[in-house]
Order: sequence, then structure tokens, then C-alpha cells
Amino acid sequence: MNTILELSHLKKHYATQKAVDDISFSIEKGSIFGLLGPNGAGKTTLLRMITGIFYPDSGHIRFDGKDFDPANDIIKIGYMPEERGLYKKMKIGEQALYLAQLKGLSRNEAMAKIRFWFKRLEMETWWNKKVEDLSKGMSQKLQFVTTVLHEPKLIILDEPFSGLDPVNANLIKDEIYGLAQRGSTIIFSTHRMEQVEEICDHIVLVNLGKKILDGTVSDIKQKFKENKFAIQLAEVPASLTAVSFEITEQKANRLTVKIRDGYRSNDVLQHLLQQDLTIEAFHEVLPSLNEIFINLVEGTRATSRAFQTVQS
Amino acid sequence: MNKTLLIIQREYLTRVKNKRFVLTTILMPLLIVVLIGGTTFLSIKGKDERKIAIIDNNGFFKGNIKSSPQLAFEFPDNVDTSNYLQKGYTDIILIPKLGDAEKTTYLIRSKKRISITTESQISERINAAIEDHMLQTAGIDKAQLDSIHKQSHFAELKAVEESEGSVKESSAGLSYGIGFGSGMLIYITMFIYGAMVMRGVMEEKTNRIAEVMVSSVKPFQLMSGKIIGIGAVGLTQFLMWIVLIVGLTTAAQAFVPHDVMEQVKTLQQANGQLPGNNMAQAGEAAQQIYKMQHTFSTANWPVIIACFIFYFLGGYLFYAALFAAVGSVVNEDPQDAQSLMLPITMPIIFSFIIMTNAVQDPSTPMAVWASIIPFSSPMVMMAKIAYGIPGTVPYWQLGASMLSLIGGFLLTTWLSAKIYRTGILMYGKKVSWKEMFKWAFRKN
Repeated sequence: MNTILELSHLKKHYATQKAVDDISFSIEKGSIFGLLGPNGAGKTTLLRMITGIFYPDSGHIRFDGKDFDPANDIIKIGYMPEERGLYKKMKIGEQALYLAQLKGLSRNEAMAKIRFWFKRLEMETWWNKKVEDLSKGMSQKLQFVTTVLHEPKLIILDEPFSGLDPVNANLIKDEIYGLAQRGSTIIFSTHRMEQVEEICDHIVLVNLGKKILDGTVSDIKQKFKENKFAIQLAEVPASLTAVSFEITEQKANRLTVKIRDGYRSNDVLQHLLQQDLTIEAFHEVLPSLNEIFINLVEGTRATSRAFQTVQS
Repeated sequence: MNKTLLIIQREYLTRVKNKRFVLTTILMPLLIVVLIGGTTFLSIKGKDERKIAIIDNNGFFKGNIKSSPQLAFEFPDNVDTSNYLQKGYTDIILIPKLGDAEKTTYLIRSKKRISITTESQISERINAAIEDHMLQTAGIDKAQLDSIHKQSHFAELKAVEESEGSVKESSAGLSYGIGFGSGMLIYITMFIYGAMVMRGVMEEKTNRIAEVMVSSVKPFQLMSGKIIGIGAVGLTQFLMWIVLIVGLTTAAQAFVPHDVMEQVKTLQQANGQLPGNNMAQAGEAAQQIYKMQHTFSTANWPVIIACFIFYFLGGYLFYAALFAAVGSVVNEDPQDAQSLMLPITMPIIFSFIIMTNAVQDPSTPMAVWASIIPFSSPMVMMAKIAYGIPGTVPYWQLGASMLSLIGGFLLTTWLSAKIYRTGILMYGKKVSWKEMFKWAFRKN
């Protein structure tokens, strides 16, 4: 498998908590990877280790086939933290130039790339504006540009769509797809599950510093499916009961049924056909990631983790 | 390009290009000139003029006491405490018959209160008059006395400092001025530029720029780049001030009439002494200009300026690192910064107090030790250096002081870097000094 990043048994303990506790996973080159988890799950710590800001207490990171060497590999990574960080008093053009040069681009290279991206995202007229004059969405766009400007192999985006209107969010989404197609790998960290479902190929869910889920979006949905089907009938009889399923929800002529253990979808269909009911639609209902997420995380001490003390 | 250099460049340029920087750099010397000129003007013009009536029961003050426009003494008849105001006098002095007793008190009455300086002038003149009178009764006549007074003004103290083989003229007044001025300047800049570093770090932290930055550069590069960049701003400001001051004084000389400057030149060639009557020919203005120039030339300017730059940079680096550490642990609340800054500002203020003493008496053990310990050495050593190397400050002291300052700022930078590294990415938590110490001294 062609992996860009491989984490094995990463651990990072703070004085009061185990922020990251034995996490391993790997990310394929050119994929869009979702890193999910509730607040305080250890996502930021994990990302900071991947960006070389923190050293892990134990465990290994392999980047692009070699042991991760922050000093050199850092320029191959673009990191956009959740909180937007820009110098308020600096002009936008100078700011982009400065950040690009810090990523190792020469002045001319940086200029050319900034021109390209500013044009692409319709920001050309911003050059001499100051960051403090920008709206939240505008500074978001600028932050995105500064993150991807140096064409990093690995792009880490923490909540990239917050504060963006739908038009700009789509613009950025298209750029993310484009970057992935051109070979960049994208780590996408968010709480917004519908975005993850839409964008990500592969996800990892962390909670309380541990990995609790790892796989492709469709695999995970299959794994957590509850054998539910949605049925739409032309006319619903007064009573509809069968051994093969039970109705969990009914809205006018639309039903949601759960198939009992030992039966298949065909058994349901056969039953409906025998009853001579007109079937207008029949399809499987897979759980949304949101439901899976809430099911897995709820009930743990996730919300109170910030105040817990660790007995180790 | 090297990343630290890029950071230095940004820190430097954003500040130097700022309008406020340009304004303060230009206005500061002008402000100082206006301030000095203004106070001098006021002290000359604003002096209250007093016309004092003396009721003398001895009869010898008339003719012996010196009157001046500001302080006019008169001996009118028919004036007493009840009517001196109506007669146009501001004060009245009653001097009783002086007996043999060693101390006599006399009385001055006035409606307007007398200032301290006026009071001491009055008593000085009264005492001088009594002294003159006593000399006269001892047999020296008035003419002799006047000529003695005149001649005694010719003698002038010229201090000379011994150094290997040669002697060098020195001036305590100038040394005091230089010592106090440069110590004061270092004190002010330490606060201004230290606070600038702290605010810069706080800005990066609260705007979450730090997180973006440390994914590109090491925290240490970020911190040192900021400290060096702002230090360069300070140095630029000093250099511009020096240029401005030199420029202004040269411009001021253009207003001095040509013949006066010629006289100054002849005075310089003759080493300040012209034979006989020629001295009197040289105008008073020329003599004063010559004297000023001559006094200035007694100081060892290259050494003083070199030391000033060294101690400014050393002291700045020593404290700026600590200010950066404090800035890195502060959250949004500026109140936190205030309380955390206290342990840093205390030694600075304390050094300033030692400096004001050292500049008066540069050789006390306190001054010597304070000029070697890096916490206070930038200010205290500058106060002493003006008194001369190696006369007042032996070479070993200067060397020890410089080495300990270099060692000191390396140490504070190293400790601060550790605090900074942790603090810059720590949000929402109030950090105490105890925790900062723990971060600073933990391994790795």
C-alpha cells in the first residue's frame, strides 16, 4: 500500500491526562482522510505531533516512507489550525509572502504562486488590505491559501469550512478535491459529520485519547448498519405485520422497518408482494456517521474529560 | 533565506515602517530640546523679582550687601512692618543689633511666600555682608576687599585623572551627566522594548498565529527572531537620535556669528588661555562656547558609545527573553501580564535606584557589585564608565561585568525558550510562576 503517513503506537501524556494513548493508523497517498472526535478527544495533540510541534512520548511516525524528521519534513506539510492565526496589522499580500517564504519558497516562487491562488479564489484586489479589515470568511480563505501555497504533500485542515458561506465553502471544497487529485493527501479534522460523509474516503474516530473506529466511510456504515429499510407504498393497509420485520417508523405512506434476525430483505419484499401492495420504493437505510458518532461517544466521559485526573 | 532572518526582517520592518516609530524617533530629540530650553527659559524668566527693604540696626549692610535685579535690597527710611507693602516692597528684613553671640536670628516678613532658592540666596548674601564687615573691622579696607573678590573668580578647579604615563583632564559634572543620562536611557529602553517584545508575543499567542508559525519554524527561532528584530529597532532609533543630535548642534552653530566662531578657534589653538588683555577681548559668548566644547572633549566618547551599545544590547537581551517568557504564558487577560511582570520589573527599578547612587559615588562596594551582576550591570556600569576606564572602573571589573552579562542573557534566553515553547500553545489556563519555573528547569 502506498502510504504517506504511518503512525504506530503514538502516546503523549500530559501531567493530568493521557491526551493521546496508543494510537496507530496509516493514511494513503492522495486520499482525503477524516480525523474525527469530540472536543478534547486528543485530535489537536495528535495533529501537533504530526506537524512536528510536539514530540510523542513514545511511538513512531513515518512520513513519506521515512522516519518523520520535523526539521526537514515540516515544509512538506501545510497546517491550518482551527483558530485562525494571522497578523492583524499586516497587509494581506505581505502576509502570504512571509508565510510562504517561511515554508522555504523563494520570493519569486512565492509571488508567482500567490498570484495564481489569489486569482483563482478571486482575491486579487485584497493585496494591500489589512487582515483586520477582512470578514471572518475572507480571512478563512486567506488562511487556506497560505496553507496550500507551497504545494505540500500533506495538508492538514482543522475545521476548514467554519465561517464560510455556502458559495465559498463549495469553492474551497472543490479546491480540496483538486489538491487530492493532484497528489496531495488531506487530513480533515471536524465535528461536522455530513461534510465528512461527503468528502472523506477514510476516517478515524478518536475518543478519550484512543482510536475507536478506523475504516472507509462505506465499510463503517456497513458495519454499523441495523438492517433498516425504507419502504414507500402506494397505499398502506390498516395493519401490516409479519414475522420477518417490524415497523419502527411510519410517515403517511413511507415506512421504516427493521428486519428481524434470520431474515433478509427479500423476505420483506415477498411478504409485501403476497399482500399485493404496490411498492413504490424500497432501499436500505444506512446509519449516518452522525448517529454512529453519537452512539459511540455518548455515555463515555468525553464531555467531562477536561477536568478528569488520571490515575496511572 | 534563513527562517530566523526572515522573522527578524518582518519584526524589524513592520515596526520601522510604522508611522508611530518615525514620529517618536524624530519628535523625541526635539521634545528633549524643547524641554531643556523651556525649563531654562522659565527658570530665567519666571523667577520672582523681589524688592526687599532692610531695617538694619547695625548700619554696615548698606554698601556691603550685593543687590541684583532679581533680589534688590534697599535701605529706605520711614518703612516698617506695617507699611512696607504700600511703599512698594515685597519683603522686609529686620536685622537686630548683632552681638557677640555666635548665632543671631533675623526676621523676614513677606506677603508672598519665599521659595527655597530665594531664601538661601538671601541668607547667603546677608552672611557674605557680615563676613565682609568683619574683615573690614579686622583692618582690610574696602578697595582691597573688592579686588580680592574679583581676583578669586579667576581660579578654577580643573580635575585631572591619572592614567598610565599621561594625565587627562576630567570633569565630574560631565561624567555625572553622561552616567545618569545613559543609565536613564537604558532604564527607559529596557521597559519600552521589553514591553514591545511581550506584546508581540502576546499578539502571536492570542491571535493563534503562533500555531501556524510553529508548524513552519521552531519556537526558538520565532522567539529569538522577535527579540533580535525588536532590538534592531531600538538600535536604529538610537543611531537616528545620534545623527539628529549631531545634525541639530551643527545647525545651531550656524546661527552663531562668524567672528565669535573665529574667537573660539583662536581660543582652541591657544588652549583656552590668551595672554594678557586678549583674554578679555575674546567675547563672553566665545569663551562659553569654548568651555562647553572643551568640557565635552574631556570625555572618552568612542569608549562610552561602544560601552553604551554593548550594555544596551546586553541588558535588552537579558530582560527581553524574560519578557517574552511572560508574554507566552499570558492569556487574553492583560491583568495577568501585570502581575507576572512584577518579578521582572522589580530588579529593573531596583537597578535604577542603585544607578542613581552609583552615579554620585561610583566606587562603593554596592556600586561595584551591582555593576558586575547582570541583573543591574547595564545601568550601573554605564553610570560608572563615564568616570573613566581604568581609573574608576578597572579592566577586570569591566571584563567580569561584560562576561557575566553575556552569560546572563544566554541563561535567561535558554530558560525563557523552554517556558515559551510550552506557554505559546497553552490556552485557557492561568499559569503561575511556580509552573513557569517547572517548565524552565525540566529536562528535554
